Amino acid sequence: MNDTYLEYQAEILRMTDRDPKRCMICGKCTASCPAFSEMDFHPHQIVGMVERCEFDVLETVEGLWHCMSCMACSERCPRDVQPARFMDAVRQWRIRKQGGEHLHPQQVPEKIDEATPQQAIAAAFRKYRK
Amino acid sequence: MQRIGVFVCHCGTNIAATVDVAQVAETLGKEPGVVLATDYPYMCSQSGQDMIENAIREQKLTGVVICSCSPRMHEATFRKTVARAGLNPYLLEIANVREQCSWVHKDREEATQKAIILGRAAIAKVTLNAPLVAGESPVVKRALVIGGGIAGIQTALDIADAGFEVDIVEKEATIGGKMAQLDKTFPTLDCAACILTPKMVDAAQHEKINILSYSEVEAVGGFVGSFRVKIRRKARYVDETKCTGCGLCTEKCPQKAVPNPFNLGLDTRRAIAIPFAQAVPKVAYIDPNYCTMLKTGKCGVCSKVCTVGAIDYKQQDTLEEREYGAIVAATGYRPISLEKYGEYAYGQSPDVVTSLELERLMNAAGPTGGTLLRPSDRTHPKTIVFVQCVGSRCEEDGRGKPYCSKICCMYTAKHAMLIREKYPDTEVYVFYIDVRTPGKNFDEFYRRAVEEYGVHYITGQVGKIVPENGKLLVQGSDLLAGMQPKIAADLVVLAAAIEPDPSARSLATLLTASMDTNDFFTEAHPKLRPVESPTAGVFLSGACQGPKDIPETVAQAGAAAAKVIGLLSRDHIVCNPCVATPNEQMCNGCSSCEKVCPYGAITYADKEFRMPDRTTALRRVAQVNPAVCQGCGACTVACPSGAMDLLGFSNKQIMAEVDAICR
Amino acid sequence: MTFRYYPGCTLKTKARKLDETARRCAAALGAELVEPADWQCCGAVYPMAKDEIAPKLSAVRALADAKAQGQELVTLCAACHNVLKRTNLDMANDEHTRDAANRYLQLPEAYSGETTVLHYLELLRDRIGWDAIRAKVTHPLTGRKIGAYYGCLLLRPAREMQMDDAENPTIIEDFLRAIGAEPVVYAMRNECCGAYVTMEDRAAAKARVEAILQNAQACGCEELTTACPLCLYNLRENGGALKVTYFTELLAQALGLEAAE
Repeated sequence: MNDTYLEYQAEILRMTDRDPKRCMICGKCTASCPAFSEMDFHPHQIVGMVERCEFDVLETVEGLWHCMSCMACSERCPRDVQPARFMDAVRQWRIRKQGGEHLHPQQVPEKIDEATPQQAIAAAFRKYRK
Repeated sequence: MQRIGVFVCHCGTNIAATVDVAQVAETLGKEPGVVLATDYPYMCSQSGQDMIENAIREQKLTGVVICSCSPRMHEATFRKTVARAGLNPYLLEIANVREQCSWVHKDREEATQKAIILGRAAIAKVTLNAPLVAGESPVVKRALVIGGGIAGIQTALDIADAGFEVDIVEKEATIGGKMAQLDKTFPTLDCAACILTPKMVDAAQHEKINILSYSEVEAVGGFVGSFRVKIRRKARYVDETKCTGCGLCTEKCPQKAVPNPFNLGLDTRRAIAIPFAQAVPKVAYIDPNYCTMLKTGKCGVCSKVCTVGAIDYKQQDTLEEREYGAIVAATGYRPISLEKYGEYAYGQSPDVVTSLELERLMNAAGPTGGTLLRPSDRTHPKTIVFVQCVGSRCEEDGRGKPYCSKICCMYTAKHAMLIREKYPDTEVYVFYIDVRTPGKNFDEFYRRAVEEYGVHYITGQVGKIVPENGKLLVQGSDLLAGMQPKIAADLVVLAAAIEPDPSARSLATLLTASMDTNDFFTEAHPKLRPVESPTAGVFLSGACQGPKDIPETVAQAGAAAAKVIGLLSRDHIVCNPCVATPNEQMCNGCSSCEKVCPYGAITYADKEFRMPDRTTALRRVAQVNPAVCQGCGACTVACPSGAMDLLGFSNKQIMAEVDAICR
Repeated sequence: MTFRYYPGCTLKTKARKLDETARRCAAALGAELVEPADWQCCGAVYPMAKDEIAPKLSAVRALADAKAQGQELVTLCAACHNVLKRTNLDMANDEHTRDAANRYLQLPEAYSGETTVLHYLELLRDRIGWDAIRAKVTHPLTGRKIGAYYGCLLLRPAREMQMDDAENPTIIEDFLRAIGAEPVVYAMRNECCGAYVTMEDRAAAKARVEAILQNAQACGCEELTTACPLCLYNLRENGGALKVTYFTELLAQALGLEAAE
């Protein structure tokens, strides 16, 4: 196994504080996900890829940016694996890498309108940037 | 002078791989009193036992120490071995160097040292062992079966057929249990009622079987061979001996809005009712929560229409006390409550039902007369979604159970198949995690559902069910196709996890029978003694021991009966000689021991004692009934003056062991 | 009854209505809400990654301030509530977070989760009580069929938020009954509105909102109410089929503090 990937895995597991081996691949997370159709990979797959150290794929997953952090997957998971934490941890791992940031402040004006609440902008910065 | 023999078992590599058995034997051989110390690959084998017997005879041993597995495993074996060689079987001690050494330690040196210490303690104890002789107590030749479902009925029939009397105590107004509510049974699709109700009738007509329905066990005393059980006969408000089961009262009662428990509340019945057409006993009973007469004193319609004068509004609960040689727990199961699974909309839409409710909706005696109609608008559902594992295999979600409920895969295949057979225009989808079919003809049955009946099995789960415009929008996952199917269903059926009937918990306390963390009764041994509770004389039948289907339940019910028959065929049973015994000189009659004794084995007697000044005095002192004492030792620690001691585990012996360990 | 009150940034700008009605209603119901002078933005999302300490610090400051005042901390915005409540639990239960945050903040007294965090709805239910509210209603919202839109952040994760059954909540329905309205239950009331993804992929957020509104309408909702500014924004801007108001606006109407539109 690639040592760097093992380090990545350790970092993710530190962040999630959950054991992906507890996942029995029932698919309830993916069944609950409101962003399913926008995602290339789905919650149960993200958990599985962390477990199998597939960081070459995780490096390119686009679905991360579509996750709404609604936590329905974590709430309904029968084994308390908490896929939402894995989504968030992989997202963190991506944006912490050089050039990994997904949102630049210059882009914000074009993404908002008169009524957009500050809450949305603050949340997007947290989710998409270091 | 003591002549002790020490025998160290290898247990193949179980012990020898981690414990240096030769060194253990050599070191223990140097202990005072030890005249022989040796090791052997399998001490429990015939040749191992022969070796022990020969050593006892040749070396004239006065005590034996065997360093081997847990005494729970082979203490009885080795007691017989030493007895064959003419030594009292209680002059044997076992040092557990497997479970407590080799299986829990990795370091060979540490494990070896610990084995030596445990061996030393056993030598110290055996030096103080005294020969004990087991007494006998008589066996009451009657069994009690608690629970009148298929498990209890089968156990009772098998015991009664062997010629012993059996009482069945059933908390509901009829026997039959869950099986009476089922429509068809897998994998042969026989009608549940057609195969169950003849057995119910057999039980009722059997001269050796006495059915106490609408009754509950309230107290249990005594011990194996002679249990004393108090049974509460709940007031039915109907005289069981007079009621003919004509059912007129159940038609005339004006209180019509009583949720019908037999149909799981899917329809209503009257306040006076016979649970179902084939109920046994076929006797009406009044639900006091709904009866206008019992609540307000005004009505009395049932009493007026009853032609035999069976109605008795003044009836009270009664208590009966009976003696039994053996008790069988057959308390069964129930589906878990789904109220916390709001994402499935159970309780929010009447068209989301449990599998047991579906049984009633498909049953000819059910609320729809066997025509599958959905509860909300009584129309034929054209699209039906089944969801598996609802609350099963849920390790830590705080809502479900960690175990597999075992029966759901098969009954869902059955439901799906029956629906497709009867209503071919209905599309049926099953969301599943795994399909588990380990049983005779089970997988073939499931494959028929897929191949012959075209049931759509989808590998995935359901995340959300949204009731909308008379449909149930089911959002699920199809993990193999990588899709998130959204199905507009008319009916959703949830395979709710099953759990032990809640009455089992209090019964376990009454019986001092142990339970696991899920409230299933624990077996004496998970493989070798599956139908016995660790509590002597208490046996287990059916789903109270773990999730089971009907064939398995019936098999286990028969096995439990065989064990009961084995017990009841004996006139006496050998008692445990390791019982409490008071030192009357030291006892001050304070009653502390009596208060803690869980078996009621301690009484008091006034006895004359000679005092130091040569006068005599009358003192109250504790007496132990050795036939009732189970040797738990609670009294020995409760006694403030140290007067109570346990034979075979005396304070002196325990202290000698502690000293040996600390040496 | 005096409470510490954490309004959060959105309530100072785009969601002024929520803040302003909440304060007036609280006063009318005998609860004094005191806003600390120097609160900072909570960060809007709770950092799920265990090693993220810095984004939790502003929440810890607000929590420690409430402890210093000996008052319970009332929140209103669903996002702030989620962040403050969960950060508070971390400070109580997670040694690493507690040590790191205390080391960094150098507070006069170390903070370890002593403050009780209450959402305004919990203030109404658990401190004031539905019966007391019902008694003060002068303009009951009789005949108005209102659907509660919970969204995610008030309820999930249920084991931490401890407000209600996350899959079948009732607190807003109970509130609506107390002010004389007719609550309409619909299953999509706890499904996500799209949240901040509205900035990344507006079409996706729109699809979510449409599904929610369709279900609400099908079940007979004539209007919706919510506690979250971002939910309100998404339901309005990406939907529009139903009128959406903050629940405090409804309360103000029922108490006669504001005229119904």
